[in-house]
Amino acid sequence: MIDPDVVTLSRMQFALTALYHFLFVPLTLGLCWLLAIMESVYAMTGRDIWKRMTQYWGVLFGINFAMGVATGVTMEFQFGTNWAYYSHYVGDVFGTPLALEGLMAFFLEATFIGLFFFGWDRLSRVQHLAVTWLLALGTNLSALWILIANGWMQFPVGAQFNLDTMRMEVTSFSAVVFNPVAQAKFVHTVSAGYVLGAMFVLSISAWYLLRGRNIEFAKRSMTVAASFGLAAALSVVVLGDESGYDISANQKMKLAAIEAMWETEPAPASFTLFGFPDVTNRTTHFAVRIPWVMGLIGTRSIDTVMPGIAELVANARTRIQSGLIAYSAMQKLRSNRDDVAARADFDAHKADLGYALLLKRTLADPLAATPADIDHAADSTIPNVPVLFWSFRIMVACGLYFIALFAYSFWLASKRRLDAQRWYLKLALWSLPLPWLAIELGWIVAEYGRQPWAISGVLPTALGVSSVSAGQVLFSIIGFVVFYTVLAVVDAVLMLRYARKGPDGLGMWPPPVDDRAQEREIDVGT
Amino acid sequence: MFDYATLRVIWWLILGVLLIGFAVMDGFDFGIAALVRVLGRDDAERRTLLETVEPVWEGNQVWFILAGGATFAAWPLLYAAAFSGFYVAMFVLLAAFILRPVSFSYRNKSINPQWRNAWDWVLTVNGSVPPLIFGVAFGNLFLGVPFRFDEELRMIYAGSFLGLLSPFALLCGLISLAMILMHGAAYAAMKADIVLAARASRVARSASVAFVLLYLGAGAWLAFGLPGYAIVSTIAGDAPSNPLLKHVVAQGNWFAGFGMHPAFWLAPLLAVISAAAMPALSLASHYRIAFAASALAIAMTILSAGLALFPFLLPSSLDPNSSLTVWDASSSKTTLGLMLLSTVVLLPIVLAYTAWVYRVLRGRVSLEHVRRSHGMY
Repeated sequence: MIDPDVVTLSRMQFALTALYHFLFVPLTLGLCWLLAIMESVYAMTGRDIWKRMTQYWGVLFGINFAMGVATGVTMEFQFGTNWAYYSHYVGDVFGTPLALEGLMAFFLEATFIGLFFFGWDRLSRVQHLAVTWLLALGTNLSALWILIANGWMQFPVGAQFNLDTMRMEVTSFSAVVFNPVAQAKFVHTVSAGYVLGAMFVLSISAWYLLRGRNIEFAKRSMTVAASFGLAAALSVVVLGDESGYDISANQKMKLAAIEAMWETEPAPASFTLFGFPDVTNRTTHFAVRIPWVMGLIGTRSIDTVMPGIAELVANARTRIQSGLIAYSAMQKLRSNRDDVAARADFDAHKADLGYALLLKRTLADPLAATPADIDHAADSTIPNVPVLFWSFRIMVACGLYFIALFAYSFWLASKRRLDAQRWYLKLALWSLPLPWLAIELGWIVAEYGRQPWAISGVLPTALGVSSVSAGQVLFSIIGFVVFYTVLAVVDAVLMLRYARKGPDGLGMWPPPVDDRAQEREIDVGT
Repeated sequence: MFDYATLRVIWWLILGVLLIGFAVMDGFDFGIAALVRVLGRDDAERRTLLETVEPVWEGNQVWFILAGGATFAAWPLLYAAAFSGFYVAMFVLLAAFILRPVSFSYRNKSINPQWRNAWDWVLTVNGSVPPLIFGVAFGNLFLGVPFRFDEELRMIYAGSFLGLLSPFALLCGLISLAMILMHGAAYAAMKADIVLAARASRVARSASVAFVLLYLGAGAWLAFGLPGYAIVSTIAGDAPSNPLLKHVVAQGNWFAGFGMHPAFWLAPLLAVISAAAMPALSLASHYRIAFAASALAIAMTILSAGLALFPFLLPSSLDPNSSLTVWDASSSKTTLGLMLLSTVVLLPIVLAYTAWVYRVLRGRVSLEHVRRSHGMY
């Protein structure tokens, strides 16, 4: 039997470390393109201010990048430390994108980040620009590969179970790479990062304008951020990753949970703008519904029916029963590899094997399951409806707000009136935390919404854990919390200090009279 | 293209290349970090030392990340068993890796001496702890690790963190630490201001002497005091990856392979010769050749350990039949072939741009330059 405490603690640790890692990565994803754009302007015009902009935002980029690297190492190894059975079960498929991420993306970004900072005096203008673009390319390629891995967890294509090795093995790697869920996720996630990067530059620049500092510097930065941010905000909403949600049973369940759609509605389904999902009675109180909208979001059509939670649970029950046939055949085949009847049963039902494994959370032997156990397991395929319902709505509200804010910023920038309205500047400043909020909620919708599965329909999360003790996992959670809290404080202090100092305080812009002055200015630390 | 058995051996070699790449490329970053307070007497000297690695250490660290990712993809059972088995040790290792980027990046972000001194201590710790842990982990491979698999290939682990710290494993930890200190100091002697070269060279020489003595000691211990593991059933190189289908005994001899293939002896021989030649080269101010000798010693040390263990990846002391070997712990043939193709295409590109970066950054980091610059990174 699997220790439920180990499962809970391992999940807590994964959520904690992933959410924390995801505070830094999206900023890296977005800011690197802004650096590349600013430096491109410098390379084309030769105006020194654009070089200084690249360097100044580069300093903040560097502080954030270090945290992304620090917290990313944990993620690369956590599958092995805490999810050993998962690693064995799907490593043949899931490991490849991770390895390719290292080979194709991490090497690129990590090799060129050093030259980005240390190469200004050693490289020509064009060479340095190339370094910056390669850095941006590298960070974004790493997002591509990790989302291909994650997309496979949501929608496991191109693989099948091998009885001899007791694991999933790849049958078509191109299906894994061109997984439609992964593609949708990639576009949505990097766009979210671009919104965050743009907001970061917009907010800090707005603060300078409010203080009447770094006027030319801030206006130029805001103009870049507004255009880039508007494109990103449109892309993140229009190309939202719910476009992959009508593709499989588990994705449909996630969508039904997001919508708190308990029963199947005739197409096109309505969107519940507001309401209080009631899990016990399977209903939503005080629901305010807009006709058609959900059907359009979820299926991109007006005539495709979206199944409700009750129907999906009933389907899950059928699949558990089918999975049990496969599980039973698997036991027979283990003692006699040449049992032809068992082999035929197994092949006919192996697609549902994962559903039988849902029973293993509570039963040592799934074959001993009673109808009540099976009902319970089928019900367990419903994710946490209220959490998904609210996370999704807050995220979408943020997304719509970003479009409005960046559109207005873009209009102001084109009229050269960015510093005209103080209320706007304050709004831009105080909007800074919102992309982080939206991004973390997006992670919750995608990953908490995947539960109870680690690999949708294939491997329940609870089965994926390592054979470690609850005490060991508790020890590492406490360790991560302590380390991460200290680092969060140090990171925040440095970020605030360097943002406050600004290009003027650091002696970067306007240009210092001579080098000595620059040194004095910058070394006035603490 | 290749049969399954050949692919497995190729992936065993690639794993070795990645580990050697990590130790040689990132090893001197660890060495510099560990020695920053020893070699650098004031802040400018320490900044000089750190600046020799600051532009490159992140790229170097990817060798480690890639070794992790490639193990996941090519040797999933090894990835699962080793990292969950060594759970607490892995946490300590991760803690050091978490502190590394921030200590490099944040140290110079304030001129407060206490701030910088505190980060120098953090660097010392995160530069010396990982080499120790890697060495101890390698030592435990020779001793066997207490795990077994159930019939659904779920690993059951019966050891503890303190159980890993046996005398032989600790000796291996010291070998690894000495090797990395030698490498870091040799790098400083080649790359830092010439003022620091003599001091760094002295440390490198002592470390190389310690390394040679410890390495020979461990070799003797392995030859006369430790039983090896051996597969006694028939080996099928193309069998499915299921470690429960073979028979293993724990009464073998880790030098058996060296008896069958005398060419194996080149690895330990070259490790000792190059590490022993390193002090003389360094003393004669041939710092670059001395550094190359140090790199060769590291590569040959890892290779010699791998050759002794072959075909074992992770022997089990609890149930020797559960041991992970090259023949039964790999991914499917499809995955190994696909990954090989990717590696053959991509790794040369990585090596090419890495070489270009090192070329751009060539030359010593001078104290004068560091004193003038603000070290904003």
